[in-house]
Amino acid sequence: MFSNLAEKLQTALGKLRGRGKLSEKDVDEALREVRLALLEADVNFRVVKDFVARVKERAVGEEVMQSLTPGQQVIKIVHEELTELMGGSHARLQLTGRTPHVIMMVGLQGAGKTTSAGKLAGLLRRQGHRPLLVAADVYRPAAVKQLQVLGEQLNVPVFSLGDKHDPVDIAGAAVSHARAYGNDIVIIDTAGRLHIDDELMEELERIAADVEPKETLLVLDAMTGQEAVNVAERFNERLELTGFIMTKMDGDARGGAALSVKAVVGKPIKFVGVGEKLDALEPFHPERMSSRILGMGDVLTLIEKAQAAVDQEAARKMAEKLRTADFTFDDFLEQMQQVRKMGPLDQLLGMIPGLSGAGQLKGLQVDEKELVKMEAIIRSMTPEERANPSIIKGSRRRRIARGSGTKVQDVNRLLKQFEQTKTLFKQLGGKGGRRARGMFARLFQS
Amino acid sequence: MRIIDGLRERVKEEKPADEEAVKRLLREEIAALLRPVASPLAQNRDGLTAMLIVGVNGAGKTTTIGKLAHRFRSQGKKVIIGAADTFRAAAIEQLQVWGDRTGATVIAQQAGADPAAVAFDAAQAAQARGADVLMVDTAGRLQTRSNLMEELSKVHRVLVNQLGRPLDEVLLVLDATTGQNGLSQARLFREAVPVSGIALTKLDGTAKGGVIVAIAEELKVPVKLVGVGEQVDDLQDFDPEAFAEALLA
Ligand SMILES: Nc1nc2c(ncn2[C@@H]2O[C@H](COP(=O)(O)OP(=O)(O)OP(=O)(O)O)[C@@H](O)[C@H]2O)c(=O)[nH]1
Ligand SMILES: [Mg+2]
Repeated sequence: MFSNLAEKLQTALGKLRGRGKLSEKDVDEALREVRLALLEADVNFRVVKDFVARVKERAVGEEVMQSLTPGQQVIKIVHEELTELMGGSHARLQLTGRTPHVIMMVGLQGAGKTTSAGKLAGLLRRQGHRPLLVAADVYRPAAVKQLQVLGEQLNVPVFSLGDKHDPVDIAGAAVSHARAYGNDIVIIDTAGRLHIDDELMEELERIAADVEPKETLLVLDAMTGQEAVNVAERFNERLELTGFIMTKMDGDARGGAALSVKAVVGKPIKFVGVGEKLDALEPFHPERMSSRILGMGDVLTLIEKAQAAVDQEAARKMAEKLRTADFTFDDFLEQMQQVRKMGPLDQLLGMIPGLSGAGQLKGLQVDEKELVKMEAIIRSMTPEERANPSIIKGSRRRRIARGSGTKVQDVNRLLKQFEQTKTLFKQLGGKGGRRARGMFARLFQS
Repeated sequence: MRIIDGLRERVKEEKPADEEAVKRLLREEIAALLRPVASPLAQNRDGLTAMLIVGVNGAGKTTTIGKLAHRFRSQGKKVIIGAADTFRAAAIEQLQVWGDRTGATVIAQQAGADPAAVAFDAAQAAQARGADVLMVDTAGRLQTRSNLMEELSKVHRVLVNQLGRPLDEVLLVLDATTGQNGLSQARLFREAVPVSGIALTKLDGTAKGGVIVAIAEELKVPVKLVGVGEQVDDLQDFDPEAFAEALLA
């Protein structure tokens, strides 16, 4: 996420790290680079200006400059200010008072409202709610059908009156329906519209006046450029937003929209969309995001993902096997599948401290394709070969390569990687390895 | 940046009197840069014009196809559309609505089908029925997902094989609201398929699509069409003068 920005910020700040003494000029120099990095990432220029000024004010204070680790202190300040810029702490949905709670999804065309509405319904359902999705986009061809398909996939009911009714009436009827059927949350998917389309903006106002939403979420494409703040301001003027959902964060968006909207509009990002799958919606944590951008990783999210994806009992057994270095290609395969369930690898790696941004990830190009290849190779081994890889010699290697549609070199490489992993864990079995091993085990167990 | 260099040159030489005059120079520089990349849609005059439409999620691919279908149909052409977005919910139905609106024939399989197989069917149908235009819609994908980009290459390959020649157009649909990320989109889509032109959508909003200038400068990909709304006739040929004018307004 935001790898370009992350790389630039980390380079700029890296020069300060470990320095015993800092002059005001050193700080200015680094902050100049920070400023450029933020501007290049399409962060709104007013936001950049204020941000740099705040960091500077705190950074050149007595305490920092005279501390033993001034460089570290400055980085800490940037981290704190970056967190603050994105809202400080995680902003939850405010669903209190009388049910049904209405959540309205609004935004430009193509931002990802319908998909996000579905994902949010899925998330709330997993938390034990009984959401109702409402198809209030009567303009885009087959928008109603799109929501119905999602509802079916998620096992969430969808309310629709087709595309011949006024969206205001649809929304009103949906709330009555929810009351009658005991749905505690109503998620209204509205049609995409331009923030300058007065007539359609008024339609949203009328819906809001009618159903009094507890949450009005502006769905914003993370790739939006400088326009993001304009759009957000206009929607907020008309509707009193309660927050944002940033979509398509799994791409290579520069970060400008995500870093600007809270400062400009004063409303927090509540969720981020990180993929096309229906569970790819995450609560937004400013502090974690700030850590990722500065290359400090995001172990918390990683652990949460592991907990959600990994079967506890299997994890315990796996940790045991790792400890005794007694694991086979079958285990290797199983572990690979568990990890893949957690999400795309490049996203996961970005959460590991020291691995995000700043070039490291580039050298460590993990390719999903490579994983598919590894899996094919292992699947072409006989059970005996999987349990006892040392018997895999020349002719077996050729057979496995042929069976998996790969080259013998690929098979060789995998065998070598496997041996290395095993050796690594054997070493970790020694005294010095206790801490590292503990961390690893915790990751999969906790 | 070539533009800035060019502008600096001219400011030195022509010594513009005021801000207005500088703006005019800049506008001319931008238009001059864009003129060579502005070109109309390619057409195969004595046979089938085949096009593949690609882009990130929500850029406006399907709508642009709908508008193009309208344009070709009003020229009396026979249009076939391949529904190779088999991934997004109701993408096929969305395309079918456009087919009904414009009188184009939509070739589709069920949701979840192999997009390359749909593209193959559509190409075959277009040939067999003697269509004038074939357009293949694809699922939106972020340019950084390498496996999805691979899938796109395959769809393209299948079309080329079936037709026995290069496509007339591989159109990248770009949302004007996108900032500098548009450059990354153009770069990476071009790595997967031979992008022959850009359709810039949503210019009816307040975004001006300035990233086109950077794309023209770096990649020299032609810009062919602009989208200015959601109705069938909200599609125009790209006009560099008008674009430069709006960019600096
Ligand atoms: N205002 C405006 N809206 C547009 C324009 N072109 C497309 N849209 C709208 O943008 C939204 C997304 O358009 P689609 O054509 O579905 O985009 P797509 O690229 O096919 O989307 P996916 O297939 O989901 O990736 C729809 O609501 C369209 O009506 C345009 O030029 N101006
Ligand atoms: Mg589409």
